[in-house]
Order: sequence, then structure tokens, then C-alpha cells
Amino acid sequence: MAASPAPSTVLRAVIRVDGEQCRCEGDWTLHGIEALDLQPRAIRWPAGELWLDGSGIQAIDTTGALRLLNIVAELEQASRSVRLVNLRLEHEALLDLVRERRASAGAVPPPPMARSALERMGRWVGSHARHAIEFLAFIGEAAMALARLALRPGWFRWRALLGNIETAGVHALPIIALLSFMMGVVIAYQGGQQLKFYGANLFIVELVSLTMLRELAPLITAIIVAGRTGSSYTAQIGTMQITEEVDALRTIGIRPMDLLVLPKLLALTVVLPLLTTFADAVSVFGGMVLAQVMLDVSFSDFLDRFPRVVTPISFLLGIGKTPVFAAIIALVGCYQGFQVRGGADSVGRHTTISVVQSIFLVIAADALFSIILGGVGLWR
Amino acid sequence: MALSANPADAVITVRGLRTEFDATVIHENLDLDIRRGEIVALVGGSGSGKTTLLRAIIMLLKPAAGSIHLFGQEIIGIGETAAFRLRRRFGMLFQQGALFSSLTVRENVAVPLREHTRLSRRRIAEIADLKIALAGLPADAGNKLPRELSGGMLKRAALARALALDPALLFLDEPTAGLDPVSAGAFDELVAQLKESLGLTVVMVTHDLDTLWSATDRVAFLGERRVIGYAPMRELTQAEHPLIRAYFEGPRGRAAREQACRAK
Repeated sequence: MAASPAPSTVLRAVIRVDGEQCRCEGDWTLHGIEALDLQPRAIRWPAGELWLDGSGIQAIDTTGALRLLNIVAELEQASRSVRLVNLRLEHEALLDLVRERRASAGAVPPPPMARSALERMGRWVGSHARHAIEFLAFIGEAAMALARLALRPGWFRWRALLGNIETAGVHALPIIALLSFMMGVVIAYQGGQQLKFYGANLFIVELVSLTMLRELAPLITAIIVAGRTGSSYTAQIGTMQITEEVDALRTIGIRPMDLLVLPKLLALTVVLPLLTTFADAVSVFGGMVLAQVMLDVSFSDFLDRFPRVVTPISFLLGIGKTPVFAAIIALVGCYQGFQVRGGADSVGRHTTISVVQSIFLVIAADALFSIILGGVGLWR
Repeated sequence: MALSANPADAVITVRGLRTEFDATVIHENLDLDIRRGEIVALVGGSGSGKTTLLRAIIMLLKPAAGSIHLFGQEIIGIGETAAFRLRRRFGMLFQQGALFSSLTVRENVAVPLREHTRLSRRRIAEIADLKIALAGLPADAGNKLPRELSGGMLKRAALARALALDPALLFLDEPTAGLDPVSAGAFDELVAQLKESLGLTVVMVTHDLDTLWSATDRVAFLGERRVIGYAPMRELTQAEHPLIRAYFEGPRGRAAREQACRAK
């Protein structure tokens, strides 16, 4: 019965009315129903008690049975009395199965009511406040774990740390090189146009070096790492959360904080300053190449002027911010990973949140650094 | 049925199948026939390629050699359109359910209907609710997300999705694994009932000896990269092959047989 024939051989499900006679004909299957969505209201039913003759039904499946029962129910609601007659035995059995299963499942409840705008706003604020507090608690837990580690450094998982340093640091070198080189070129190009106008070509050295070392290299590196490594932290921990691997760790007696968070946090704190230094060098080189090509400032002129205008303090100011950025990225990434519940869509959602939040927090922290350092007069 | 005059004709024909992962050969020269209206179980030790065979038949995995006919149509090298049309004629229940986690149960069941038919949203919701009821779930399960369901309910919801298009052919990958005996028994009964009233052909991978005894017409035993025994359960357990003997002669196998014999 259910064997669905090729679409070309499907007969439509119809109800033919001939005087007092009503006959169901054709394939009362999903495909037969689909070909002609029957509207009982469009049929001119004869008056009096209706006898629906089912002998013309070629094939029937559960969908067809449902449609037939619904048509009968609709007619009965319009206070007609309807009788299904002459059904084949196996068709009757299928109708009984559908009837019985629907009855035992109970009435279909209406979908949950849509929430009002005010309620949604309240829930939004509430959940964000809760998350902020939970995140603070998570930072506290990480700090406790760090303190435990300081007391018993022998327990540290060096292998995990080194593995993290390799994936977050060494493997990120090519993309950081490419992007910071281009950054250096772009800054030098934009600034160079103005300097050339005033004939102050040589000042390109200050422009590129200070901009890159103090602001742009730390920022761009942190953003790349947030997108590359922070997201992978969330996805990894989130997937482990779904497959109960995190619970398995707890059961064995390994704190997820110790195995999953601390090595990542420490690795990133080591790696990000190193990557930023690398980005400093490559981006200044990018500026140098452009200065040579466009502004007639040779490599030797550039390198001669560089140490005289760029003090170590500029470099250190840029690098000094990066451990904070690293902590933000690692903590947000891990925290969002632990927030994953349910299934695949949750991993995706939290990975997005993780990247957006860590980039936002990195830029906010950078702004805070500018204000504080400006306040103490270091921001010449 | 409109299409076939001969009810015994084969729904699935596998000839000379060879599948491999990298260097490991899973099946070699495997033959299998499954007739319309049968409930066939694929059994065999772990790693004997039961699920792999299932995946090859439902076009998720490309075999290295051989031929597979589904509803009389060769599926090796089949075109996209023909494959799409074939896919609406069978349903698959995955081992872990594989329900889409972002959708409610009702939406999950509606996905194949939306993809393969032009019915209105209301009609689709109606059909989805029926399938949920047919699978033996209470009506309020439709609004729930998969993560809010227990293991047994998850299997039923996945069955509802597999039944969405009223397929003639149903594949079940370990349908009763992880279910309590009562739920497992109810699941077997449900499948038998659906087969009876819908004329379904069912192909299942299972380790459940009770299911094998109570719910199957024939059992195909996979070993040595091919089908080494293919018979009704009663005959299969009499087979001489050492692998088959080892599988059924353990204490569990014997207990299940005794129980099945008593039941008859």
C-alpha cells in the first residue's frame, strides 16, 4: 500500500459526487493528496445522510487516511452525518491505526504564546546580567586555579601548554605576517600621501613605527587571535560539553579548569606578546618597503632614523597591553565553551558570541589603557 | 500495489559490493536481496560493516565496486535528480536520532515534507502531528526541542521523522539500543504494526536478540566481508558457520532463543 509509485503514475485523490453517490477515488497517499489539495467545502454534497464509498481508493497511506478522517470530521462539524462504507479491509485497518494513535496521543496543544516586547526585553536584560555575574565567577575560579597551581607547580600539564603554544602561536605566524605587512603598507601609504605634500617624507619613520608599535600591531594581532584561537577554544570545549567529555573529566577527578582552561590561558599569555613583537617587526618592514618605493626613503635612511625616534618605551607600551588582551580572549573563549547546552546550534551560537565579545572587550580594554596611560603622562 | 504485479520482487538488490576505507576493505563481493514487505535485520560482530552497508544502500557512501538496485533502479552513478526522487521513497532512523537540535520535534518531522511536497504549512503541521502520534509520542512532544526529550522519546521522534513521507522502505540503525526493555518491546511492536498496516519494508541493524527473534522475517549475518548466512532466525541459529555459532551460542543468545521458543 505504502509503496509509493513513481510520480508519473500517481492518481489524484478525488471525491466524485454523482447524484446521491459519493465515491472516494484515486491514490489517497501523500503524493495523491499533494496533487490536489481537497477542499470539502468546494464539493456540492447531496442532502441527507452521506454515504462515502471507499471502494474506489487505489492506495492509502497514513497521510491519506488523516485527510479522509479530517474531511469526515469537518462534515460532521457542519452537523452532517457521514458514514464511510465499502472500504477494503486493509484500508479500514490503517484508518483504525491512525484513529487509535491520534486518540492515544491526546489533543495537540497550541504552540506556546508569543512573548510581549516588554517581557522579551526583561528576559534579555536578566540573562545578560546573569551572564555578567557568571563570567566574573568564572574569572574568580580561574584565579583560584592559578593560585592552586602556584602552590603546586609540579602538577601543571606542560604538554597541554606546549601543544597550545604551538597551535595558537606557531601556526598563526603566516596569517599574522601577511596581515601586519599589509597593515604597515596601508598606513605608510595613507600617511605618506600627506607627508609628501609637505615634503616631510622622512617623518614616515615616526608615523609607521609609533602607530604600529603602540596601537595597531597589538590590536590587529589580538583580533586575529580572537578570531582564530578564541573561537576554537569555544568550539572545542562546547563540543566536549555536548558529548559529555567535560562530565567524564569531572568524574575521573580532573578539574576541567585545570586541564582545559589554565593551559590555554597561560599559553595565550605567553604567545600573544611574542606574536605582537613579530607583527611589530613585519608591519614596520611593510612601511619600510612602501617608503622606499613611494617616498624615496631608502632602507638605510629608515633604519638610521628608527632607533632615534622610537624609544624602547613605545615598544613596551604596546607589548604591555597584550597579556591583558590574551587573558580576555582565553577567558571569554573558554567561558562561552562551558555555556554550550544541547546541540550543534548552541556551539555555533556561542562561538559567535565568544569572538564578538572578546574583540569588543579587547578594544574596550585598549581604550581604557589609553586613558590610564594618558593620565599618568606616559602617552607622550 | 499499483506498481508491482509480483509482490515478491526485490526492493533492494546488492551484487558484488566492495567498500573500503583507505586501505581497509569492509565488504568484498557482497550479495544481498531484500523483498518487498519483509523485515530484515543485519547482524554481525562489531566492525563487520553493518552500518557501512546501510550507508552504501541509502547513498551516503560510494562503494568501490559492485551494483546496488533500489526499487529496481541502479544507484551507483545515479544523477542528482533521480537520487532526490528516490530519497523521498525511503526513511532512515539514525543511531543517535540525528534530530536537528535547533528545531522542535514537529519542525523536525516537517523538514522532509517541506522539502519534498508543496503542501500548505497548516497541512504539513497536521501531518507532522499525526506522525508524532504514530510513533507513539504524546501530542505535547511536538513543541519540545530534541534536548528536552529522554532517550526513548528521542528514538520515537526520529522514527516520526523517518516516517514523514510515508516511505515504502524504512532503514533503522540500532533502533532499540539504549532503550529499556519495555520501550524496546514497544518499539518492536510499533514497527511490526506499521509494517502490517502500511506494507513497509524494513531493514534494520541491531544487536538486540529479542528484536531478532520477535520482529524479523529474515536475518542477514555479516562476516568475512560478506553475507555468510541469510535465513529466518530459527534456521540461522542452526547454521554451522563458526562465526554464526559464536554469535548465537553465547549465554545471551541461548537465553533469548529459549524465551522465543517458549513464547511460541
